[in-house]
Amino acid sequence: MTSLRHRLADRGIDRQLLLLIPASLCVLILFVYPFAYGFGLSFQPSHGGVLGAYKEFFTDAYQRDTIWTTLKLSLPAAFLNVAASVPIAYRLRGRFRGKRLMTTLLVIPITLGTVLTAEGLLNFLGPTGWLNRTLMSAGIIDAPVRLTNNYWGVFFSLVITGFPFAFLLILSYLSGIDPTLERAAATLGAGWWPRFHRVTLPLLAPGLATTFCLTFVLAFSVFPSAILVGDPAGTTRVISIAAYHAAYESYDYSLASAIAVVMGVVELAVVAAVLGVRSLFYTGSTGGKG
Amino acid sequence: MTAIAVPAREARRFRIAASPGAWLVWGSVTFFFLMLAGIIGSVVVSSFGRRWFDTWLPESWTTQWYGQAWHEFTLLDVLIVTVEVALLVVGISVLVGVPAAYVLARRAFPGRRVLYLLFLLPILMPPITYGIPLATVLYKYGLAGHMAGVVLANLVPSIPFVILTMTPFIEQVDPAIERAARMCGARTWQVFLRILAPLLVPGILAASILVLVRTVGMFELTFLTAGPDSQTLVVALYYTMSAAGIRAQQSVDAMAVIYTCMMLVLLVIALRFVNPTQLVARVKEDPQ
Repeated sequence: MTSLRHRLADRGIDRQLLLLIPASLCVLILFVYPFAYGFGLSFQPSHGGVLGAYKEFFTDAYQRDTIWTTLKLSLPAAFLNVAASVPIAYRLRGRFRGKRLMTTLLVIPITLGTVLTAEGLLNFLGPTGWLNRTLMSAGIIDAPVRLTNNYWGVFFSLVITGFPFAFLLILSYLSGIDPTLERAAATLGAGWWPRFHRVTLPLLAPGLATTFCLTFVLAFSVFPSAILVGDPAGTTRVISIAAYHAAYESYDYSLASAIAVVMGVVELAVVAAVLGVRSLFYTGSTGGKG
Repeated sequence: MTAIAVPAREARRFRIAASPGAWLVWGSVTFFFLMLAGIIGSVVVSSFGRRWFDTWLPESWTTQWYGQAWHEFTLLDVLIVTVEVALLVVGISVLVGVPAAYVLARRAFPGRRVLYLLFLLPILMPPITYGIPLATVLYKYGLAGHMAGVVLANLVPSIPFVILTMTPFIEQVDPAIERAARMCGARTWQVFLRILAPLLVPGILAASILVLVRTVGMFELTFLTAGPDSQTLVVALYYTMSAAGIRAQQSVDAMAVIYTCMMLVLLVIALRFVNPTQLVARVKEDPQ
């Protein structure tokens, strides 16, 4: 008995690992089991055989197109958020007065959440909102631009909540890159563009991929804002709305689980594709603490 | 280090003032903040306006919408539920998450990477994808529709979040201190309570506040599992918004302002303990 315990302890197994049990149990019971249950449920539709729920989803254009609707919203939003964050974070990575204030202000939209942002967007971008009013009195437009209750309303809400998130992440990755590397390149005569795309960008690539994935996940699960500032019956009927409707309006839990599974698969496919592209670039130390 | 860094920093600041690219960067940052100010400002202004239709500002000002929102939406109950749910989630996820984070940060054992992936997945997946099956399971066992269901659902992303936030804090504690405590005859629980817990207080505070902010702001999971008497503020706000038309717009705005204020108070408290970048990542700022 003792020898078995010693042998296990040699491999790093002892009673201290029991501390992992509560957390593992919680994740198993509350995450893995429901997921497996839903996965099983998706193969037990009331009609149409084992794959009936999936067939129902993919043959009905109204349901199937939610995948494209979601991707059309979340991919450009995630891309814009990351693409805009890189130059801005690159400029602002040094120390300057008011940096802490600026990063603090940027956290606000993250904590506001989508519901409040939606309410604000409805007021601000609406036909009689301040933005249309300003543009009209400046003589840029004649009639109010329609920016809410359509694609753009949801897109703006994704940018408002997603951009600060992407920016703060990229800023923290950038400050993890050793600044002496760039100074060395400058000493060797590199201008700012070669310095950026030959030194900083390759070191930033892993961080960029992670940021893109996290921003994409955030945008992909868009739900309240798609209903509140979007056009939930048409152009912004995203896949989470389809899943919600199946579960709580037609009480078809099998279809709802199938949609949730499809949603997870599509999301993981995009994440895997991004991480696959990332593995083509430099992987290794960023020279700093990163 | 500082002696060399100062002139370099001065030079960089000078370049920012000069180049056109900097104007573009500052321009877009200013634009973003203007939009943000417009979004928040229009909600605040609307909540104080008596009538506001086709003008720049409301015709007259009032605070009646706050009173109305308070009574109509039984905000006190909603706030109590929100606080109860948030505190329960924080308490449980810290109690469960910190020991797990300790083992994951300190020990090497077979299956460690699989376990890590298991703890990462709930953060990586959109809440709706696991929220719907989870709500189905919770309804099956009669847990959803009450506060228990809401708390259980919110634990799913919170426990992994505590683990991820605590890991760097635990790595900072010198293992020699624990070994010394063991040499002096302390048992595991004594090491935890008397040695590690006091040293980890900053980390635990940071993790708790982050979980608190996320739980108060979490919409999807609460929405899927809450019953009529277990709605948190954000879910109640959603219901009043989607039922707009029968409610005065301004009283919805008043409720939104109350929610914003609550979030801002939490945020101000949070930022006393954590760096802004830590709210989204766990990378430390350069101390310089």
